Amino acid sequence: MNKNAKEVSRRSLLAEGIRSFSLLCVGGFAGGMMGRSQSQRYCWQIDPHKCVMCGICATHCVLEESAVKCVQAYAMCGYCKLCTGFFDPSPQALNTGAENQLCPTGAIVRTFIEDPYYEYKIDENLCTGCGKCVKWCKAFGNGSFYLQVRHDRCLNCNECSIAIACPSEAFQRVPYDEPYLLKGTTSKG
Amino acid sequence: MIFFVRTAPFLILLLACLGAAEDIQRFPPPDFESGYVMPATTTPQPRAGWLNYLDLAVLFTALSLASYLVIYKRNRPGIFALTIFSLLYFGFYREGCVCSIGAIQNVAYSLFHANSAIPFVVIAFFLLPLIFALYSGRVFCAGVCPLGAIQDVVLIKPIRIPRWLLQSLGLIPYLYLGLAVLFAAQGSSFIICEYDPFVSFFRLSGRLNIIIVGFSLLAIGVFVGRPYCLFLCPYGAILRLLSRLSLWQVTVSPDECRQCQLCEEACPFGAIYPPTPEETQPIRKNRKQLAMMLVLLPILVALGSWSFSLLAPTFSRTHPAVRLAEDISLEDSTHSETYSDASQAFRDLGQSKEVLFNQARNLRNRFSWGAWILGGFFGFAVAFKLIGLSLPQQRMDYEIDNADCVACGRCFSYCPVELKRRREKKSSRSAPKDQTIQEQ
Repeated sequence: MNKNAKEVSRRSLLAEGIRSFSLLCVGGFAGGMMGRSQSQRYCWQIDPHKCVMCGICATHCVLEESAVKCVQAYAMCGYCKLCTGFFDPSPQALNTGAENQLCPTGAIVRTFIEDPYYEYKIDENLCTGCGKCVKWCKAFGNGSFYLQVRHDRCLNCNECSIAIACPSEAFQRVPYDEPYLLKGTTSKG
Repeated sequence: MIFFVRTAPFLILLLACLGAAEDIQRFPPPDFESGYVMPATTTPQPRAGWLNYLDLAVLFTALSLASYLVIYKRNRPGIFALTIFSLLYFGFYREGCVCSIGAIQNVAYSLFHANSAIPFVVIAFFLLPLIFALYSGRVFCAGVCPLGAIQDVVLIKPIRIPRWLLQSLGLIPYLYLGLAVLFAAQGSSFIICEYDPFVSFFRLSGRLNIIIVGFSLLAIGVFVGRPYCLFLCPYGAILRLLSRLSLWQVTVSPDECRQCQLCEEACPFGAIYPPTPEETQPIRKNRKQLAMMLVLLPILVALGSWSFSLLAPTFSRTHPAVRLAEDISLEDSTHSETYSDASQAFRDLGQSKEVLFNQARNLRNRFSWGAWILGGFFGFAVAFKLIGLSLPQQRMDYEIDNADCVACGRCFSYCPVELKRRREKKSSRSAPKDQTIQEQ
């Protein structure tokens, strides 16, 4: 009995030692990591001037439906009747028939304003962030369609999986307080 | 009309080429006469910063409460209620992100990438459950982890799994942990998040194959206790090691064991072990086995390293830069006309191929080192398991193995001694009346 008790105490002493040691390790590790953690908070955003519309945003986000969506810079839009971002390159007719639309999910809403102007709005619930409209709007129009990370959806991963795959380094960290790189407001180009 | 429509893009292209410059408005916005007001681009803001600290506070409170309920109160209904709360908060409200299991990758990534920014909250989510494990065991698994919670809820008719199967499948988490750290450290992907089987339930959307895996795991989980926790969870692998050292161990009952075996039958995770029969195995034979395992250790480590080093090229292809470099060199060597999307984008930008090929070479090099280390680690884990199994065990009573125990508290109500203790406690409490009011 006596021997047994002694052994137990020796064992518990050893456990105590290892525990303190691990706690010290965890503490040291925490301290080291805290040094790494930054007080300035960042989130991910696409620089629309660097984006090459490769379509990776639609497929590489950890969310099933990508956090990247197309947005419309209304102040830059030409309100064209023939919107090259909205219509297929060779449309049958200039109406909202699905066969005439470029967007694979029909996410662009075309509304008549006054002759000959139309408003083009993105329905974010349908947009997949594929960037097809962005490409064609930039090629022939004003480039008012562009891709942005929508922060109501973005999980703000430590390492964004789209950023890893982005071929043009358009993905970058921006300050948390100004999470958008809006076209038309910043004069970068 | 049709002719105009067909040719218009090309006419515009012609115009565009004449005056091409970034952000020049080819078609200036019109002056509307109908009083149309231009809408502004919406900018939904990210989640407010202080809410992340709320998550942290909830995590800390939940861990403390779980420790209190498991170690001190020994209250299964309380633990279950906490489990449901965690499932709702960390699961459905926070949509499974930020989570301690995934935080392994964030920490590994930031350790190997000097200029990465890891948020304070993520570090805390990684470390807090580990610190709690040093004191009160796997209370994180018991009542805080949403992945554990969703499996605990569906566990209706547990069957007993043969111990050899538990032990051998229990090696997978170490492999998963190693792979996750390897891929995160190299910056290729975060596999724990990508293949998280239950996160699609929390977000109510996800890839079909992952949803199928999730449903099958839940279906298995009706009969087998927490299959993800037991056979996959990489964070569980770390918690196992630390909870061996925990200061307050979970016990079926603090009173003397009657050796009725009811608790062993009740545990769905095979974490309660029967008392060892006295002197059935000569000590010498045991020692011989142990010595053999110790000799086996370096052999297993070497074997693991070697076999995983064969997989290094496959591993390196998980990194987009390596894939892109391979695509490009293949396309160049075969004079291919069609390019992959990433390759097309790379070529359009006119970036240097030399830089990319250099980067890919470096990455392959790092992956081959990583595969050696990973293989060695896994070999070590296997050897460690074997050594643990051949160590002479001495259990006088039915005892909980702290590493296997997820502290769910199911065994408490199966133990007759514990039930008696509760009755006595209750009756001694109900005697002085005002004390009862204080307790409640």
